[in-house]
Amino acid sequence: MASIAGQESPAGNAGLWDRFSIRTKRVIWAWGFLALPIVFYVGIRFYPTVQAFWLSFTDWDLLRPATFIGLENYRRLFADPLFWQVFRNTFTYLIIGTPVSLVLSFVIAFYLDRVRFMHGFIRALYFLPFLTTAAAMAWVWRFFYQPVPIGVINDALQLFGLPQQPFLRSVDQALPSIMVTAIWAGLGFQIIIFMAGLRAIPSTYYEAARIDGLGEWAILRKITLPLLKPTTVFLVVFSSIGFLRIFDQVYNMTTNDPGGPLNTTKPLVLMIFQTAFSSYDMGYAAAQTVVLFTILLVVSLIQLWVLRERT
Amino acid sequence: MTAAASTVELAANSSKIRPGRIIAWTLLFIGGLITITPLLYMFSTSLKSAGQVYDLRLIPAAPTLDNYIRVLSDGRFLRWFINSLVVATTVTVSNVFFDSLVGYTLAKFEFRGRYLVFLAILSTLMIPTEMLVIPWYLMSSQLGWLDTYWGIMFPGMMTAFGTFLMKQFFETVPNDFLEAARVDGLNEFTIWWKIAMPMVTPALSALAIFTFLGNWTAFFWPLIVVTSPENYTLPVGLSSFAVEQSIQWEMIMTGAALATIPTLIVFLVLQRFIVRGVMLAGLKG
Repeated sequence: MASIAGQESPAGNAGLWDRFSIRTKRVIWAWGFLALPIVFYVGIRFYPTVQAFWLSFTDWDLLRPATFIGLENYRRLFADPLFWQVFRNTFTYLIIGTPVSLVLSFVIAFYLDRVRFMHGFIRALYFLPFLTTAAAMAWVWRFFYQPVPIGVINDALQLFGLPQQPFLRSVDQALPSIMVTAIWAGLGFQIIIFMAGLRAIPSTYYEAARIDGLGEWAILRKITLPLLKPTTVFLVVFSSIGFLRIFDQVYNMTTNDPGGPLNTTKPLVLMIFQTAFSSYDMGYAAAQTVVLFTILLVVSLIQLWVLRERT
Repeated sequence: MTAAASTVELAANSSKIRPGRIIAWTLLFIGGLITITPLLYMFSTSLKSAGQVYDLRLIPAAPTLDNYIRVLSDGRFLRWFINSLVVATTVTVSNVFFDSLVGYTLAKFEFRGRYLVFLAILSTLMIPTEMLVIPWYLMSSQLGWLDTYWGIMFPGMMTAFGTFLMKQFFETVPNDFLEAARVDGLNEFTIWWKIAMPMVTPALSALAIFTFLGNWTAFFWPLIVVTSPENYTLPVGLSSFAVEQSIQWEMIMTGAALATIPTLIVFLVLQRFIVRGVMLAGLKG
């Protein structure tokens, strides 16, 4: 559509258009190309951002017009025990999920990179989960976590004479069970990115290290890991943001009581969803989104800072 | 697939056969099989009749396509499938067009304010979707976009990520080609569309694959904006199975399989493209 606007100007004002210098014409073209995107970014990104901040200071609930209530929503949120439980859950997803998925994907990528035999096939096995829909896979994992006779995992436990596990029905096991699904879903992407990073390291470095008589472990520590750092930083930040914003897996694996049992699996985004679209407490939910935004910003900045310091 | 075969292959590729390599290969292979176990069980269960579901053998005793016929003839499922296809395709076309137009403009035009526009677009990457959904919901209800295709699609019609990716790639296009086209009297739009775009096709395909996959699996916003079952996208529809009375695992697995099959087919056909696309986007983005 921007293109049509851009093409009309030369056609419509032929006389005027011809008097512009080539440079001016190009500037006009550029703004013509950008016109519709600017409207989009202002209307669909910037204005809603400002509005979310504004709503977080109001008591808007869809029925009555919003009234300014200052920091009341934030005071209410920080006094809400549910918020602190959700906060703890969210950080549990992050603090366990990110390191586990990164170590796993690095180890797999490291060895997969050296495999020549059936390389494409094995890579595909690890990559396939990345292409699935969380809503669909949540059902498969719920199926796995069922009690006997339907649950595949409990069935296997029974076969080996091990005790049955409640998984999603337990306040202790539900969160780890969901986390396994989330790690599984993101692994393929991280492996591919790590492999791209490994490939980008020039082989001359390795050859030089071998000539110097460095062992495999020393090469890994002194050459591979330091040179892989940009990739690692990217994946740490990317994966952390993913775990802090976890929603699809939790919602779909606990649909009868989202975030249950007893809110033990509920992450912040699910709390936002329920406050906004089950209770229609929009102002309060907006305050929660501002808190989420702040957490994401702070965690990303800390990670970038810490990981940069160590070089 | 046997140890012997892998030994031969390894011997051909490395100077000496090391048992460590064979162990590593075997472990990787087993790990890969474990990784796809959920997918295998999904397909296996979708081929079982209701009576066989409790038989957990991976190969169904009497495989049947009945579940697929029932799910597809239900109508609802097919409708969700079409909804997802329309939404994901439209958003992908829009992103391929606009993200590359903006990326090209920011990479190849000189004008005051260029850097400001670039920074402004890039800064939207920091804003999480969750923060915008409440204002989007308000906007949609005021403009009558709730429960429509457009309502599902409008937030994703352009993305900062795509714009940034395309800008990076257009910067590698030599200016000489564009200048030559300008001398030939082509207008700027034609230069972009006919000259510059064909030079960045790997990036375009990466962008298209990412956008399509992202929107095909999108859940959070469609769940909010869509209210009537006939407008559900596939993920929202699958999720709605939960509220039905009794869980029929074989039907649910069939639905899940049908949601997964298209992306698997696309992957098998375009495997090299996709892996390279992910690498490109991950490294440049």
